[in-house]
Amino acid sequence: MEPDSKQVRRSSKDGWIFFLSGFIGALIVGWIVFPALLYSKKNQPLNFSHASHGPESSAGLECKECHSFHEDGSFSGVPGIAKCMECHEDPESPLGEDPEEVKLLTDYIKPGKEIPWLIYSRQPDCVYFPHIAHVTMAQTECRVCHGDFAARKTPPVYKVNRLTGYSIDIWGRNIAGYKKNTWDRMKMDDCAQCHRQKGKENNNACFVCHK
Amino acid sequence: MKKEDRTQGTRYGMVIDLDTCTGCGVCSVACASENNVSVLYDESDKTRNITWMQLYMVTNGKGFPETEVVCIPRPCMQCDNPPCVPVCPSTATRKDPNTRIVSQIYTRCIGCRYCMAACPYQARSFNWFDPSFPEGMDRYLSPEVSPRMRGVVEKCSFCHHRLMRARAKAYADGRRDLKEDEYIPACVEACPTKAITFGDLNNPKHRVSELVKGPDAFRLLERLGTEPKAYYKSTKGWVRRMADNYLSGEFKGRG
Repeated sequence: MEPDSKQVRRSSKDGWIFFLSGFIGALIVGWIVFPALLYSKKNQPLNFSHASHGPESSAGLECKECHSFHEDGSFSGVPGIAKCMECHEDPESPLGEDPEEVKLLTDYIKPGKEIPWLIYSRQPDCVYFPHIAHVTMAQTECRVCHGDFAARKTPPVYKVNRLTGYSIDIWGRNIAGYKKNTWDRMKMDDCAQCHRQKGKENNNACFVCHK
Repeated sequence: MKKEDRTQGTRYGMVIDLDTCTGCGVCSVACASENNVSVLYDESDKTRNITWMQLYMVTNGKGFPETEVVCIPRPCMQCDNPPCVPVCPSTATRKDPNTRIVSQIYTRCIGCRYCMAACPYQARSFNWFDPSFPEGMDRYLSPEVSPRMRGVVEKCSFCHHRLMRARAKAYADGRRDLKEDEYIPACVEACPTKAITFGDLNNPKHRVSELVKGPDAFRLLERLGTEPKAYYKSTKGWVRRMADNYLSGEFKGRG
């Protein structure tokens, strides 16, 4: 028996609709739903404003005054509460008007408790990164890797991969891995790319950054 | 591939004086604790346990009173022609062009153990189990060395993290050059009889560059052409003869 030509055409159109809806659905799940589920969101314990401490502000601090080097060349990273207390010494009298500062004074400085900061740029255990080689010797600005933190009024939301435990800033905030600025990603390829551009090809030897 | 000029740049190497070595094994212990080497539930299982600095004991095979015993500590030889490097299918091991130290990247290793088969010195060990440490010892782990997971190969790195530490200190002082004693591996520092000397073989100011030229200096399995950078020194002829597979009458060394 000959098949009805109209019937065949209609069923192929139905097939396309079925395929496209499934395809678009899969894309939405893959690009939006899954990444949203994959990364857990956390806020920093304190809404620290780099802008009101940085070089443009009344405090007028340079990055290295809080994020300093130790005598042996190792990097102190995020400063401890003792550093905050160099200026915020009296828990009873805040220096500014921000309610976050009151929180700092009552919750952390008064009991002498460290602030449990969440670190955006924490690298995996197998990675060695000497800040001093990049900042002091190669004269790289902090923002080249970390972005314009000095101008930020609020810290970004800390997102951590539920499977690997790494911060999203290592992979990059763009889930497709698309990179516009040097500070958008912190993967091995980004380190290697910068070394190549600066003519430091030999610093891409494995043991230079791995331990 | 461009041929490497070995007289240029830094070539870290060590000289182990077997006449001074007492075979106490402190180098081996210092190495293991420095580099977070995992401790097996049964360390007597010598097919599975891990040592970066192995101690071999050799004798001249003669009866009393001519018996002589010598201990040969064996780190990774850090060969200039490392047989382990070209065989690695995942490029987990490479020779650093700056320091000539052979690197091993655990996160890249797929555990095929081809490098272990290629290494004539058996300097490489395989992690049959996830790292474990006796209770309390985990608090002494070094954050400078990444622990190895089950299924990867590990080996001596000439304490590469100590080189990075020394470099950071030099940068803090505004220097790029390291002094001779600023970077030494843990075994060299721990040796109570100072039998191990460490330094840059290409730097005429470093003691190792003189020591390797002496008549008593030799390397293990030298004729394989692996060009190890770990040298030995012994005035005893039978020890030097034992370091390679000589036919009878072939060894022409003195002593």
